[in-house]
Amino acid sequence: MDALIHARGLTKQFGSITAVAGIDLDVTRGEAFGFLGPNGAGKSSTMRMIGCVSPPSGGTLRILGLDPVKDGSAIRGRLGVVPQADTLDNELTVKENLVIYGRYFGLSRADVRKRADELLEFVQLSERADSKVEPLSGGMKRRLTIARALVNDPEVLLLDEPTTGLDPQARHVVWDRLFRLKQRGVTLILTTHYMDEAEQLCDRLVVMDGGTIAAEGSPLELIREYSTREVVELRFAGEAPEIGEDAFGDLVQRVEVLPDRLLLYTDDGDALVPVAHERLHPQSVLVRRSTLEDVFLRLTGRTLVD
Amino acid sequence: MEYSLRAYEYWLTVYRRVWRGTIMTSVLNPVLYLAAMGIGLGSIVKKQQLGLPYLDFVAPGLLAAVSMQVAAVESSFPVRGAIKWNRQYFAMLATPLRVGHLVAGHLLYVSTRVLVSVCLYLAALAAFGALHSWYAILTIPLSLLIGLAFAAPISALSAYADEEVFNPLFRFIVMPMFLFSGTFFPVTRIPHGLREIAYATPLWNGVDLARHLTLGGPTLWRSLAHVAYLLLWVVVGVWLARIAYRKKLVT
Repeated sequence: MDALIHARGLTKQFGSITAVAGIDLDVTRGEAFGFLGPNGAGKSSTMRMIGCVSPPSGGTLRILGLDPVKDGSAIRGRLGVVPQADTLDNELTVKENLVIYGRYFGLSRADVRKRADELLEFVQLSERADSKVEPLSGGMKRRLTIARALVNDPEVLLLDEPTTGLDPQARHVVWDRLFRLKQRGVTLILTTHYMDEAEQLCDRLVVMDGGTIAAEGSPLELIREYSTREVVELRFAGEAPEIGEDAFGDLVQRVEVLPDRLLLYTDDGDALVPVAHERLHPQSVLVRRSTLEDVFLRLTGRTLVD
Repeated sequence: MEYSLRAYEYWLTVYRRVWRGTIMTSVLNPVLYLAAMGIGLGSIVKKQQLGLPYLDFVAPGLLAAVSMQVAAVESSFPVRGAIKWNRQYFAMLATPLRVGHLVAGHLLYVSTRVLVSVCLYLAALAAFGALHSWYAILTIPLSLLIGLAFAAPISALSAYADEEVFNPLFRFIVMPMFLFSGTFFPVTRIPHGLREIAYATPLWNGVDLARHLTLGGPTLWRSLAHVAYLLLWVVVGVWLARIAYRKKLVT
């Protein structure tokens, strides 16, 4: 069995709250695997269990073939972790943060210094090596956290929302680095709210909702299975008219009514547009391809959960 | 042990950046107290009252108090910070380190801080001529024991409770202990009822033993009783700290 992460019926409970309600997972070596889901879906709880910092409440979990409860320390020695909230020491310099973290893994001082220089190069922070962490931008801190997670040359990199809160430039730099790591054969496991991030980076992903896995597959497979090829968006000046699911017969598979818009899920947008124009007189019409976001909203709903 | 040393190294790295600021509180303060109390106030205290110069009386008391103070300060905000502000404990726990190593690494660091402060303070005592016995050398391991007797339970509290607890801790526990645990005057001057509270404090046990050591002539059984009592605080404190750390960090 070549599964780096193997979970069956994995459960996490906090008192009476069930954060993860029995999920099955298999992640293989070299794969980039993503967890999508709204806040509170159980993504971070799952990540913390995989990171061996949160003991599972039930089910089976094997990481690198080992039991996280018994061999947590040994497993963690082979993982790299980018937590959701930074755990950098703001009073120390960029390089000191890297060096001390490498020392936690038992690297010699000479090795860890050399490694720190390479990693700072890799995340484009060499010029800031001796600056304190405090004044760094969010993107720089994130890159430093990623560099730090690589200090022990991990087999698996766990990233909990690696680009949340970053500006577009910073996100692209992070994606680029992660993509390079993937090419080097590092297994990536990440959680994200960003559909474009998932599409860019993940070979395979699961959509989590309410502590369970709602869907699993490659981004393309998920779109094919849970959405249509295209979406026609009709915008109205006032309220969108109420129409039934079968208003357009076979041409439309699913209708979604939003306050001032109608979303028509179809496999043939070009054929649908003139019909829709004539029947509904919308203010404007937009035809676009289905995205992972459509899948996500379909599976987890449009209502806010927090 | 090797893993605990890795956690210890973090605290040393941080200390390298701030050590200048701590010199004032951990070394200069006790020396100023020594000068003001031992020599200034001491000059108007009649020798017959205590049977010895006041400087000689107050010096070992301050030594024990310094150990307490350094340990208490280093076990309060730094521990809270490693959990809540810079969250360095979470960083450590993402590596091969475990909760026990975090507790041990921090206590090793507190021990270092206490040791350095007390050695500098002892040098000042020697310069003031307040050391009268070779037993005084034993105040060094004693200061460690006193430091840990405070560091262990306070780090448990710091891990468990919010930082609002520090104000009352220092105002209503550490400060009164500093004043009333035999540091500046014999606890026999405290009325019964309150005196027993003083006897129960770890600081009094440390002060009394330190005083016997610097003045010469510690008795074996009394010394062992003090050591055992302080050890009890260390052991229970470490046990509580491990529970509190685990509760906050491993969820």
